[in-house]
Amino acid sequence: MSRIDGRKFDELREIEAKVGILKNANGSAYFRLGDSIAIAGVFGPRTVHPKHMEKAECAILRTEYRMSPFSTVTRTRPGPGRREREISLVTREALSSVLFLEEFPKTAIDVHIEVLQASASTRCVGINAASLALADAGIPMRDLIASCSAGIVNREIVLDIAGKEDTEGEVDLPIAYYPRQKKVTLLQMDGIATKTEIKEIIKLAIKGALKIYEVQKEALRKKYEEVR
Amino acid sequence: MKFKKRLYVKNMRKLGDCMISIDKDLIKNIVSNGKRLDNREFNQYRDIIIETNIIPQAEGSARVKLGDTEVIAGVKLDIGEPFPDTGDEGMLMVGAEFVPLASEEFEPGPPNESSIELARVVDRAIRESKCIDLKKLCIKENEKVWCIFVDIDVLDHDGNLIDAATLAATAALLNTKMLKLEKDGENYKVNYEQKTDEPLPMTKKPVNTTFVKIGDAILADPSVQEEDAMDARLTVGTFEEDGETKFCSMQKGGNDGFTLEEIEKILDLAEEKGKELRKLLNF
Repeated sequence: MSRIDGRKFDELREIEAKVGILKNANGSAYFRLGDSIAIAGVFGPRTVHPKHMEKAECAILRTEYRMSPFSTVTRTRPGPGRREREISLVTREALSSVLFLEEFPKTAIDVHIEVLQASASTRCVGINAASLALADAGIPMRDLIASCSAGIVNREIVLDIAGKEDTEGEVDLPIAYYPRQKKVTLLQMDGIATKTEIKEIIKLAIKGALKIYEVQKEALRKKYEEVR
Repeated sequence: MKFKKRLYVKNMRKLGDCMISIDKDLIKNIVSNGKRLDNREFNQYRDIIIETNIIPQAEGSARVKLGDTEVIAGVKLDIGEPFPDTGDEGMLMVGAEFVPLASEEFEPGPPNESSIELARVVDRAIRESKCIDLKKLCIKENEKVWCIFVDIDVLDHDGNLIDAATLAATAALLNTKMLKLEKDGENYKVNYEQKTDEPLPMTKKPVNTTFVKIGDAILADPSVQEEDAMDARLTVGTFEEDGETKFCSMQKGGNDGFTLEEIEKILDLAEEKGKELRKLLNF
């Protein structure tokens, strides 16, 4: 038995990562996982507007997850809905711990994620792009954050939920991973599972995230080579 | 020993920030010594009081007090057009409002990201547990279905709003009585004045259990000071089926992360605490 798109149960979709793709943003990245595509742009550290959001002891991190109206099968209404605002929040919480925010008091670091095409696991693709864009902006980081989903589809535990598996599958569990500290910085789940299954799914998702982590590092190295 | 942040924070925001950070250090210190500010055990919930049918005008309602945290959930019913992709299912919508009287941190205005997260995490536990048979709430396929609106008002915020709000929502849904449906020729009409004795087609009791990590410690049911001092938070939704605990939702919060071992420990705790909370829902 195989999956809807013919992949093995523990196989990721094709990955493509590019860094420094935009001129205006201080840092930017493109990340594609199969048919899910996101770009991220980073501005900052820069002056905080509105002023009252400023923090005396550290930089504030602001994240915005957005879906292009043409990214889905039926048009998505532009503007942030409840889903987008929740994803923006969990994305910020997934990325915060690797940044040296305390080095830049009274500033803001703004991360904008634009999902250009959605085929499930878009929050993971967005986080992967954002993490690369932050590194590209030269913001001091303890590590990169790599994100990947796993879940249950047709009672099989599978890696990297894609396309129809999202709506037809039983469980979707996205994670973000901080490899150096072996910490899960994003963890969400919906769908019914037993405790044993959840543990297996998380372990599989971490494996996937580690593969993505290697691709991210490679994308950054490649940019350096071009500079040289 | 009772510790109130609101004594310090008034209009002096910067000073307030300082005092919150002193609070944080204090909490971290106490926890690292194996204690909690209110003398609870690490895995102990505060006292919980659930009252149902407190808003007679609502089709179902419940008030939950979790220590000093207080929330009300109300259920209203209506009929409407289903979503095109689920034409044979009733609709469920969960909203949450941080009423400004609940905390000086809350401001009037449209929902902020915290209240959106609260509503969505409560929604996820209820929806994903499939506790309500939404197919039974279809009146006429692709045309008319029942819509269930669950709205949560936070009245007093002393931490762990997610668990309190989920308990209130589940309790309110369990006590909901359907409205009378009238047929007028080809059209369906709801008699909003008349409740029937029929409950919602609800078979399970989903609850959320929330744990925070402070240093190396995992604490159940965080107070508001513990939430300010936490490194990370994990909420786990559970229900019971055939005598076995099933997990239906998870949400991590906070800026730090959890190791795999910590997550496994929390899953064990969630199973144990979920059982305790569900016992309170036997009406």
